[in-house]
Amino acid sequence: MIDLLYTEVEDELRAGVRAMLSDRSPARRVLARVEGDEPYDPTVWRALGAEMGLAGLAVPESRGGAGASWREVAVVCEELGRAVTPAPYLGSAVIATGVLLALDDPLLAELAGGARTAALAVPFGTAPGSAARLAAAEDGVVSGEVRGVADAATANVLLVPATDGLYAVEAVHAARRPVVSLDLTRPLCDVTLDAAPGRRLAAGERATAAIEAGLRAGAAMLASEQLGVAEWCLGSTVDYLKVRHQFGRPVGSFQAIKHRLADVWVGVTQARAVARYAAGCLAAGDPDAPIATALAQAHCGPVAVTAAEECVQLHGGIGFTWEHPAHLYLKRAKADAIALGTADRHRARLASLVDLPVGAAPH
Amino acid sequence: MTDADGLRARVAEFLAIHDHTAMDRLEFLRARFDAGLAWVHYPVGLGGLGAPRALQRVVDDAFVAAGAPDNDPRRIAIGLGMAAPTILRHGTDAQRRRFLRPLWTGEQVWCQLFSEPGAGSDLAAVATRAGRDGDGWIVTGQKVWTSQAHAAQRAILLARTDPDVPKHAGLTYFLLDMTAPGVEVRPLRQLTGDAEFNEVFLTDVRIPDENRLGAVGEGWRVAQTTLMNERVAIGGGALPREGGMIGVLARTWRERPELRTPGLHDALIRLWVAAEANRLTGERLRQSLVAGHPGPEGSAAKLAYARVNQQISALELELLGGEGLRHDDWSMRRESSVDFYGRTPTYRYLRAKGNSIEGGTSEILRNIIAERVLGLPTEPRVDKDVPWKDLPK
Repeated sequence: MIDLLYTEVEDELRAGVRAMLSDRSPARRVLARVEGDEPYDPTVWRALGAEMGLAGLAVPESRGGAGASWREVAVVCEELGRAVTPAPYLGSAVIATGVLLALDDPLLAELAGGARTAALAVPFGTAPGSAARLAAAEDGVVSGEVRGVADAATANVLLVPATDGLYAVEAVHAARRPVVSLDLTRPLCDVTLDAAPGRRLAAGERATAAIEAGLRAGAAMLASEQLGVAEWCLGSTVDYLKVRHQFGRPVGSFQAIKHRLADVWVGVTQARAVARYAAGCLAAGDPDAPIATALAQAHCGPVAVTAAEECVQLHGGIGFTWEHPAHLYLKRAKADAIALGTADRHRARLASLVDLPVGAAPH
Repeated sequence: MTDADGLRARVAEFLAIHDHTAMDRLEFLRARFDAGLAWVHYPVGLGGLGAPRALQRVVDDAFVAAGAPDNDPRRIAIGLGMAAPTILRHGTDAQRRRFLRPLWTGEQVWCQLFSEPGAGSDLAAVATRAGRDGDGWIVTGQKVWTSQAHAAQRAILLARTDPDVPKHAGLTYFLLDMTAPGVEVRPLRQLTGDAEFNEVFLTDVRIPDENRLGAVGEGWRVAQTTLMNERVAIGGGALPREGGMIGVLARTWRERPELRTPGLHDALIRLWVAAEANRLTGERLRQSLVAGHPGPEGSAAKLAYARVNQQISALELELLGGEGLRHDDWSMRRESSVDFYGRTPTYRYLRAKGNSIEGGTSEILRNIIAERVLGLPTEPRVDKDVPWKDLPK
C-alpha cells in the first residue's frame, strides 16, 4: 500500500516553503500585487527555483534535478495553494516538467534549475487524455491559436502540441495577450503563433504520451494544491469564528455553524488521504495512477470550492470585501476546479477506468 | 525479540509445544494468552508483550496459517474493543488479572450498559442509580440499545452514585455480573424487524465494590476511554477497493445493463468516489495508528461511512426499481452482528439508517469535531453547574 503519511523530510520541506512564503509572499502582498502589471512576483519564483531548488524536485539528479519525487512536489503544491502564491510552479515545475521527463531533452535541466520556465500550450481546462493539437506545423514552423493558457505569460518556452508532434517554441516568437482572468493569482493568456520557429521534441505516440504524462502530473499535483487552498479556508474561518462575537457569544459556538465547519473538516481530511494517494502512485509509477489521479480530481476540486464558499459565507460581510483575502481563495478554488478537467470529466474517466459504463449495453 | 521475525518465532515455538489438534480449544486459547500472544501490545502478564500494536497482525496471520482456533472476535467484539481497553487503562492490577483473560478467550462475553431511554446523545444524564450498601452497591434502573446482552456474562455499566452534584460529576463506572439476581434482559425490536439489541432492567442488583472501575464520581472520565474505542471500532477495518457496500451496487450495475440511466450513473460514480475517499481516509488513519500518531480521522471516518452507506443503499433500491421493493423477512431475528450482504437490498437500506445513530449520532460527532478538533467554543450550557436532581427530565 502507498504511504499516505508525510515523511520527516516532507515535513521539513513544508516548514521551509511555508516560512519563505510567509516572509516574501504574505496575503497582503499577494493582494496588493494582483492588479499590477506583473502577473507573477519574480522574487518569489527566484526563491522557489534558484534558491530552494524546488523546480527540479521531480527530476532525477542525473538529469539536472534534485532527485526527490512527486510526493515532495505535492507538499510544495499544498503550501503554494495555502498561500495562493502567484508563481508558475504548476505550469513549469509540474506540467511542463512532467512532459519533458517522458522525453530526452536538455530543456528539462534548464527548467529543473529554475533558470527558465516553460508552459504547455493547451487551454487550462484540458483534462488528461483530451489534449487537442491546436497548431499546424510545417518545416519546423508552427501556427495556430491557443486560448486561456496558464503560466504562459512569464514562460521562456512554450511546449506546443502540433499536428505532427510536440514542439518547443521560444516565447519571444509567440504573441501573448493577457486574459482578464477569474483567478487573479494565476492569470491566463491567449497565445498566437504565426509561423513561429519551433524545435520538434517528439512525434507520434511519443509526443502524445509525453503530453498525457504532463497533464496527469498536473492533475495529480493540483489535488494537493486544492488541499492547501481548502486547509487555509477552513483554518482562517475557524480562527475568525472563535473571536467574532454576535448575540453576546462567539459565532463559532452556534451549532448551525459548527456542523458546517465539521463537514468541511471531513472533506479536507478525506482530500488529504486522496491527494496523498495520487502523489504516492505517481511517484512510485504505480499502475493505479490513472485511477488515483481521476479520483483525486473528482474529490479534491469540489472540496476546495466548498471550503472557499463556506469561508466567504461564514466570514459574513468582511468575507465579501476586496480587502479580505477570502476572494483570492474562492477564485483560485473555482478556477482549479475547472483546470485540467472538471470533477465531472474526471468522474467520466473513472467510470471507464473502473468498468462502470454509463449506457445500457447494445441489445 | 518483539519485532515481526521475533514474533513469528515465538508463535512457531508456541505451536511446537501446544498442538491445537490435540488440545481443548479453550485450553489452547488460555495458553496463547499466557504466552503473551493474545494482544501483543498489552503488557506482559496480561496477554501481551508490550510490542507495537501494528505487529498483532503478524501474530494473527501466523496462527491462521497454522489452522489454529481463534477466539471468535466478532462474538466478543464489545469485550475486545471497548471493555478491555477501559479495564487496562483504569483497572486495578487485580481487576486486570481477573477480567482480561476470560474476556480475551471468549469465556465471558461482555455487553455495554450505557444508553438509557432518557440518556442517548446526552449520555451523562444517566439515571440508573447505584447506592452504597455496606461493602458494595445496589443498582436500579433501565438500560437500552444493548447488543449481546442476551449472550453476555459481564457488562460495563455507567450509573449515578451522586444525584446532588452536576451530572458529569456524579457518575461511577462498574463491571457488572449479568447473571446476578435482578438483571432482566428483553429483546428490543428495531425497524428492520430484527432484535439485535436489548433492553436491560436492573432491579436491586448487588455489585461488590471490588467491581467498581476507577474512583467514585470518575465514571464520566472512565467512559471516555470506552467511547473513543467504540468510534475507532465502528469506523471500519481495512477493505479492498469496492470492498464495502459500493461493491454490491457496482456489481449490480455491471450485471444489469438494462437498469442503467444517465441520472443513476452520475449518482453511482459520485458514490464510488465518496466510498473510495472513505476507504483511503480509513487507510491513512490506520497508517497513523501504526506509526504511533493516532489522529482524529476516526470521527471523520464514522461520519462519512454512515452517510455513504445510506446513500448507496438508497440508490441500490432505485436502481432495482420495482424489484427493489421485495423484502426477505420481517420476523424478529436475534442477530448478534450485522451482516449487510446476506439479505435483500431493503434490509441494507433500513439497517444503514442506524449507522448515523449508533455509537454517537452524526450530529454529536459534528459537535465533537467542531469542539475537540477545530477548537470551537461550546454552546452555552444550562445543565453544567446544576445538580443532576434539579435538572428538568
